[in-house]
Amino acid sequence: MSSNSFAYNEQSGGGEATELGQEATSTISPSGAFGLFSSDMKKNEDLKQMLESNKDSAKLDAMKRIVGMIAKGKNASELFPAVVKNVASKNIEIKKLVYVYLVRYAEEQQDLALLSISTFQRALKDPNQLIRASALRVLSSIRVPIIVPIMMLAIKEASADLSPYVRKNAAHAIQKLYSLDPEQKEMLIEIIEKLLKDKSTLVAGSVVMAFEEVCPDRIDLIHKNYRKLCNLLVDVEEWGQVVIIHMLTRYARTQFVSPWREVDSLPAEPQGKPKNTGMGSLSLLQRIFPIYISSRNYVSFLGDVLEDNEKDFYDSDEEQKEKADKRKRPYAMDPDHRLLIRNTKPLLQSRNAAVVMAVAQLYWHIAPKSEAGIISKSLVRLLRSSREVQYIVLQNIATMSIQRKGMFEPYLKSFYVRSTDPTMIKILKLEILTNLANEANISTLLREFQTYVKSQDKQFAAATIQTIGRCATSITEVSDTCLNGLVCLLSNRDEIVVAESVVVIKKLLQMQPMQHGEIIKHMAKLLDSITVPVARASILWLIGENCERVPKIAPDVLRKTAKSFTSEDDLVKLQILNLGAKLYLTNSKQTKLLTQYILNLGKYDQNYDIRDRTRFIRQLIVPNEKSGALSKYAKKIFLAQKPAPLLESPFKDRDHFQLGTLSHTLNTKATGYLELSNWPEVAPDPSVRNVEVIELAKEWTPAGKAKKENPDKKFYSESEEEEDSSESSSDSESESGSESGEDGEDEEDDHSGDSAEDSGESGSEPEAGKGRAATRSRARGRGDSKDVDKEKENSKTSESSSGESSSIEESSSDSESESESESESESRKVTKEKKKKTKQERNPLTKDVSLLDLDDFNLVSTPVALPTPALSPSLIADLEGLNLSATSSVISVSTPVFVPGKTHVLLHRMSGKGLAAHYFFPRQPCIFGDKMVSVQITLNNTTDQKIENIHVGGKKLPMGMQMHVFNPIESLEPAGSITVSMGIDFCDSTQTASFQLCTKDDCFSVNIQPPVGELLLPVAMSEKDFKKEQGMLSGMNETSTMIIAAPQNFASSVILQKIVNVANVGVVPSGQDNIHRFAAKTVHSGSLMLVTVELKEGSTAQLIINTEKTVIGSVLLRELKPVLSQG
Amino acid sequence: MEEVTAATQRKMIHSLFLINCSGDIFLEKHWKSVVSQSVCDYFFEAQEKAADVENVPPVISTPHHYLISIYRDKLFFVSVIQTEVPPLFVIEFLHRVADTFQDYFGECSEAAIKDNVVIVYELLEEMLDNGFPLATESNILKELIKPPTILRSVVNSITGSSNVGDTLPTGQLSNIPWRRAGVKYTNNEAYFDVVEEIDAIIDKSGSTVFAEIQGVIDACIKLSGMPDLSLSFMNPRLLDDVSFHPCIRFKRWESERVLSFIPPDGNFRLISYRVSSQNLVAIPVYVKHSISFKENSSCGRFDITIGPKQNMGKTIEGITVTVHMPKVVLNMNLTPTQGSYTFDPVTKVLTWDVGKITPQKLPSLKGLVNLQSGAPKPEENPSLNIQFKIQQLAISGLKVNRLDMYGEKYKPFKGVKYVTKAGKFQDNQYQLGS
Repeated sequence: MSSNSFAYNEQSGGGEATELGQEATSTISPSGAFGLFSSDMKKNEDLKQMLESNKDSAKLDAMKRIVGMIAKGKNASELFPAVVKNVASKNIEIKKLVYVYLVRYAEEQQDLALLSISTFQRALKDPNQLIRASALRVLSSIRVPIIVPIMMLAIKEASADLSPYVRKNAAHAIQKLYSLDPEQKEMLIEIIEKLLKDKSTLVAGSVVMAFEEVCPDRIDLIHKNYRKLCNLLVDVEEWGQVVIIHMLTRYARTQFVSPWREVDSLPAEPQGKPKNTGMGSLSLLQRIFPIYISSRNYVSFLGDVLEDNEKDFYDSDEEQKEKADKRKRPYAMDPDHRLLIRNTKPLLQSRNAAVVMAVAQLYWHIAPKSEAGIISKSLVRLLRSSREVQYIVLQNIATMSIQRKGMFEPYLKSFYVRSTDPTMIKILKLEILTNLANEANISTLLREFQTYVKSQDKQFAAATIQTIGRCATSITEVSDTCLNGLVCLLSNRDEIVVAESVVVIKKLLQMQPMQHGEIIKHMAKLLDSITVPVARASILWLIGENCERVPKIAPDVLRKTAKSFTSEDDLVKLQILNLGAKLYLTNSKQTKLLTQYILNLGKYDQNYDIRDRTRFIRQLIVPNEKSGALSKYAKKIFLAQKPAPLLESPFKDRDHFQLGTLSHTLNTKATGYLELSNWPEVAPDPSVRNVEVIELAKEWTPAGKAKKENPDKKFYSESEEEEDSSESSSDSESESGSESGEDGEDEEDDHSGDSAEDSGESGSEPEAGKGRAATRSRARGRGDSKDVDKEKENSKTSESSSGESSSIEESSSDSESESESESESESRKVTKEKKKKTKQERNPLTKDVSLLDLDDFNLVSTPVALPTPALSPSLIADLEGLNLSATSSVISVSTPVFVPGKTHVLLHRMSGKGLAAHYFFPRQPCIFGDKMVSVQITLNNTTDQKIENIHVGGKKLPMGMQMHVFNPIESLEPAGSITVSMGIDFCDSTQTASFQLCTKDDCFSVNIQPPVGELLLPVAMSEKDFKKEQGMLSGMNETSTMIIAAPQNFASSVILQKIVNVANVGVVPSGQDNIHRFAAKTVHSGSLMLVTVELKEGSTAQLIINTEKTVIGSVLLRELKPVLSQG
Repeated sequence: MEEVTAATQRKMIHSLFLINCSGDIFLEKHWKSVVSQSVCDYFFEAQEKAADVENVPPVISTPHHYLISIYRDKLFFVSVIQTEVPPLFVIEFLHRVADTFQDYFGECSEAAIKDNVVIVYELLEEMLDNGFPLATESNILKELIKPPTILRSVVNSITGSSNVGDTLPTGQLSNIPWRRAGVKYTNNEAYFDVVEEIDAIIDKSGSTVFAEIQGVIDACIKLSGMPDLSLSFMNPRLLDDVSFHPCIRFKRWESERVLSFIPPDGNFRLISYRVSSQNLVAIPVYVKHSISFKENSSCGRFDITIGPKQNMGKTIEGITVTVHMPKVVLNMNLTPTQGSYTFDPVTKVLTWDVGKITPQKLPSLKGLVNLQSGAPKPEENPSLNIQFKIQQLAISGLKVNRLDMYGEKYKPFKGVKYVTKAGKFQDNQYQLGS
């Protein structure tokens, strides 16, 4: 750094002695260049002198100082005459700086600027392409209307220049001229048309940019260049790629039919058959030449023709058939459509985030839905970049994930929030997590959320609470759990958290008009402590709305708020008025006076809104002679059923803006945004894209024959400059290598048309699919260690005592009513729970723990060994952490260390008449019951017809076993697949669960036999606890065996990998290198299962299993032994 | 499609302002008509609203313009946009500008930019024409505009020659725009650094919530002529998701899993990759941690111990632990058994520079935490961010098999180096004492 400044000063110090002093100052001061910025009249004088000197070094120095002034935003316009003289300087650096100056000030000093024009005109003829190009650049940047004709001429000439670099600059100049004088549009379009045909990758991006600016509507100019652009795309520089991809996306949406039709059954698509009128098309009228096709496009053209014939044939056949049948006609993608999708795919690998995003949006908008999945991985990769890139990418993912959850589900964990993320990133990630939440992963997510709620970043914590609210509404299985968690948060120490919870609970309660009297009562109590206006207002509204459900509390609340009315926030005042009005209508005996008092207060309030509301309410509810017919309906008006608010994502429907655009980011239409059109119902004539060789030959005569043969060489795209066949040896060598591969592939693709393309892709795709499936499975499994704590109860009691203490303050009548309603609610709730449970499991209510017991905050805490009554205790435990008692316990379920992606066949497609089913153990706590093992079943329809009503029929379960089946699937589209989850309580045995998988027409008997390792849940415990537990499980409860294997198998990572692969166990941190310990509990009975691998000398090891469940213990031992001893 | 009537002024990037942390606009460049500095007021407004610099939205909409900004090295690069443009396009470009400054001046700081304002201006002029990127490859730029060096300035001042090249850079016209022609070295060398970072989140129980390996291969190639290199791996299947420097032949990778390329001259990033998440990620360190606060007291105890875990027999070094303590913490009085620590009472950041771990004695940091009296004790303990480095190890197990050179006759000197680092490594391993 200092060396730089030194260097700079040295260099300029070589000039006149006059400025030596100034340079010296800049050497001394650390921000030396500041000297340059001080604009002073006197200094300007000496700048003029320097510019007029005949030493280049002095001129250069002066120019540098002037540029410094411009950079600082200082006015240097008065130097114009002195500077412009130097435009013809021989010194290229001076020249460049003069150009910089000219471009900046020419607009202001038009007359003087004209002096420089002749210099540029001369430079435009310079043999050096660099000089030609830069002259054009500056000439076109001088915004002086008078030179428009000169610019036009220059651009025309440059567009035919031999150097692609100059042509590139010409393309840029087009835009400049257009913005200076839109009148020139027609002429400019001609030039664009010419440049679009240019084969240089250097020009392509710039000319498309010019096209987008000048005539984005002239889609017809693209037709002939479409295939060329697709083929060149990989080699265009990255910025050009972005522009071209965006343009081609728009193009594709106007030229091809929707590839989504089979999925979309929109009524808006009555889809006339894409009848190919062939020669009748209007664009074809333009070209009545005999059509010769370049070798490259010949085949695809043939393909088109064949396809057309086929279609026509088919169509004529169809003529008589019912319209409904047309839907079944297989959709054949236009080969050009396919070409675009295929050629952009490699660009997902680009290092440039903008290119990756451009391809992603292309896939999103024009690829078949089944193929869009490949973009997820690349987008997730971008999340490693700078925060700005993350911000944009996350926004786009948020939009995508609403519509197609499946795309990002495998990457769920990549969206986990880090404490170091900026808040805006955190909130976007949260948004995506919410969008991805489903029945299967919600338990994992809720655990993650519980960490977030405790974040020090309160804005983020508040957003998390809203998210929990949204999950509660979208996933009905967990809505009670979420509500409970939120209620727990009401006792949080942080007011923002409490306030947000109140607001969200209000919305939730409004959505589920169930009996939630207890929660309302609890919230009424909170009114004493909470100060955040929105929260207070929400509570009051809620009480008013449910005043008949809490008949004793509501008047009391009104009494209290009447007291504090004058000091409340306006928002709260309005709600107090509302509450008063509602109570007056329902319970006027008790509240008449109170309400009148409040109305009187409101009448004289400072805020006119409140005065208005008061007046309005008084007229409406208090009967007097003037009150009209309306007051009869007052009750209906105030206590009408209010529609529940929709908790929606702010990213919903945002994809009507093209993804990746500024408009999408801002969610408003930005200036100059080009609408993405809807797919045409009938594809325009595809033959317009055919390129005629005549024209090519004219253009490419100098290129010679070789060029025509393979005009699609991509890696080394030809530029005219190098046409003199004497390419450097190394070049041609490598070229031939890379080309042969490419050409081969291209040919193959072309010959076999669509099918070959598919097979070409299939090489990588199934693999990617597999990877995805596996990562998904991993992503799903995450538990947390804090299911069960005994200490938690302690802390809860302390909390409940505080809750009680607050109630002591309440009036005696109040507390009385409370105890009464408490018991009432208890019984109500019990019956409710029973109803739910009959379906799932009949656990005895050993402990009277209630989900909604607010008075002592006793959420269900589940000691491992005890059977629990709740619907899904593991889930409740998920949110338990929201309660502030984060304490550890000896035995707690932790996350699976590893989830093997292995799937088992449930039903082979041959025996299932086309219905195939696989199952898989996701190793996560089951949401249907804590004794159940979760099983995920993936159903595939391999037939070409819908399979309807897939459900589980008769079950044949051994004694004691339970099964929670998935909801019947209405229909499964051909080639569709769906994943459902089930819960099976195997009673800690490896007995088979047999049941029937039925469709509308058939029933198939299937079996699930669990590997013993899947009957376990991992447990996190310390080494000490492990040893203690192990000590208690000695003797009969211990089984052991010796293992002999090669030493490399005993590397700790290898052992770990092998064991967690077989069994769902948790790793116990070990102090000794030679002993590995693993702990788990059985799912059904919760018995501990302790696995120890002790490495002995030589290549032996001892495997010990301690458990009460000796049977599974020994089965597990038998399974682990061969695994560990294998190489 | 509708006819676009008026001449919309589609400039990708209209103007650029560089703003330092104290809100001074110290450089401006316009590619079209001049936009007044006052447009930055909208930016300052947004900056004020955001709690910290990290939270200034990258895209801001103003009545007549859109502002897209990046924050790099304590500077804001604020670009003025007039019409629809992919925001990532601008963001990526601005980062490229900052990279170029970094490359030219060794740092991208206010002082460096001010000292080299003329070169900065010349660079911006070459990088963007009419708001559209023109030359962004550092190899080409360096031919157009020579980076400042002491020697060259001395020579220039004597001979009167300049910093600006007067011939068209060869790269711009050849098929390989990233390489200049006629490169000559006396010692021909090619070095590759395989750098892997572990991103992980570890939860309270010490189990890994999320772990992933992100890697890059940075190359330093000083080879004469036009060498054609191919680099192959022992286990290329490990690379799950790869992004390439434009020089890499995508097809060769697809078909043979070999990186085949004509390299740029000098330093560049060859690929970056992610290791497929099916593989179990070994976590090389563990942290035992406890922070406890006494109820109704203004102090608490703090205790961290670090130990090695699955380190493949290599030494873990350069360990740093950073903790963002809760706001109520006033000061910390700690004793490290090793290394040194600092606590900044303003930002509440505790940094413990541990150094190496020796398995004989595990480093720990213990002591007292002073809390603001009267304030409620922190409800959640902070998470730890851990940095470390392991030399000579790529934690994913990735191994370079061989490097072959074609197209040139000489024998180059080749070298590969492996490093593993902690990336975003976050440990939430805290229990709250009661």
